[in-house]
Amino acid sequence: MIQGLAVLSFSFLLGMWCGELLGTWLGVDANVGGVGFAMIFLLLTKEYFQKKGWWAPEMGFGIEFWNKLYIPVVIAMAASLNVKAALSSGTLAILAGIVPVLLAFWVFRLLIRFFPAAHD
Amino acid sequence: MTELMTVLDKNGLVVAFLIVGALTWLTDLFSKKMIRSRVPGSAIAIFLALVLGYLGGLWAGGEKGLADVPFFRGLASLGGSMFRDFAIVATAIGASFFLIRKSGWLGLVSLVLGIGVFFSSGVVLAWVMGYRDAVSLCTIGAGACTYIVGPVTGGALGASSEVIALSIGTGVVKTIAVTIFTPIFAKKIGLSSPGSAMAFGGIMGTSSGVAAGLAATDPKLVPYGAVTATFYTGLGCLVCPSLFFLLVEKLLA
Repeated sequence: MIQGLAVLSFSFLLGMWCGELLGTWLGVDANVGGVGFAMIFLLLTKEYFQKKGWWAPEMGFGIEFWNKLYIPVVIAMAASLNVKAALSSGTLAILAGIVPVLLAFWVFRLLIRFFPAAHD
Repeated sequence: MTELMTVLDKNGLVVAFLIVGALTWLTDLFSKKMIRSRVPGSAIAIFLALVLGYLGGLWAGGEKGLADVPFFRGLASLGGSMFRDFAIVATAIGASFFLIRKSGWLGLVSLVLGIGVFFSSGVVLAWVMGYRDAVSLCTIGAGACTYIVGPVTGGALGASSEVIALSIGTGVVKTIAVTIFTPIFAKKIGLSSPGSAMAFGGIMGTSSGVAAGLAATDPKLVPYGAVTATFYTGLGCLVCPSLFFLLVEKLLA
């Protein structure tokens, strides 16, 4: 289990480091895409380990636990934010939550019209 | 009673596990029994958590929502940036190159189109509503993608707690909108085959919304939509705080 967690931590730290480096390189005080890079590293490491035969099901369990924990973490985060101040722009949350969805339905219709593979 | 207070006070993180666990248990039950899973339990739980954050803000008068109440301090640790980013990276374990190949070009095109449409329309709406700085605009645009991409982007760029809360709220509304609109529009937009479900998952992204919406349309389509939706959050977390942020910054300058 802990080996899997180590693989996850390794990918996480490496990805975050890349994000910080990219931020410095671009001259912005931010972690630029660190989470995304870390996900790619995790994916690559897993594929590599599986190819080498180093991947034990136990390792997946350590990562799976954190995978399952992500919605609870988001719930905890949502409860510990400054929602009171955000409420004054609540209309924006509703607009920005609905309007793009309607737009995306329209884009979807266009896409499957031009993509024959979509009809399989 | 004082002994119990001491225990609760000393073990904040464990108290947070209990609160979040109890909350999801209740919302899952509510979603299944009362509304026949028409809105995913997770979306209801996050919405309720935002309500709790609001009440906490009223009660304690701080900036960290419910976590400003001494009892619930642990929520800030569980929902802090380290656990959040760590748990989100772990979700990549469900993806593999086998799945990427399976979803193919159609999957890739739909993902790129989807993230582009949601992000840019979110940014435009935030601009219309008066936000002018690149960090807030990007965080709200990312929230229009999903309620995960929003806070990850906001956290990476250093957005305010208020704007991050707004981006989560936007993402939750999106999930609910996708869930409700999908069965209504499915026939009209030609969402009926596995291939179209794959494109749909890529464009809409929100995994729970796509799964719930497709389940109400045709349960056979759920796995196809899920294949592409899996990649949406990851790709969003990669491009929103980097490429898209730089583009918005350029546009503003």
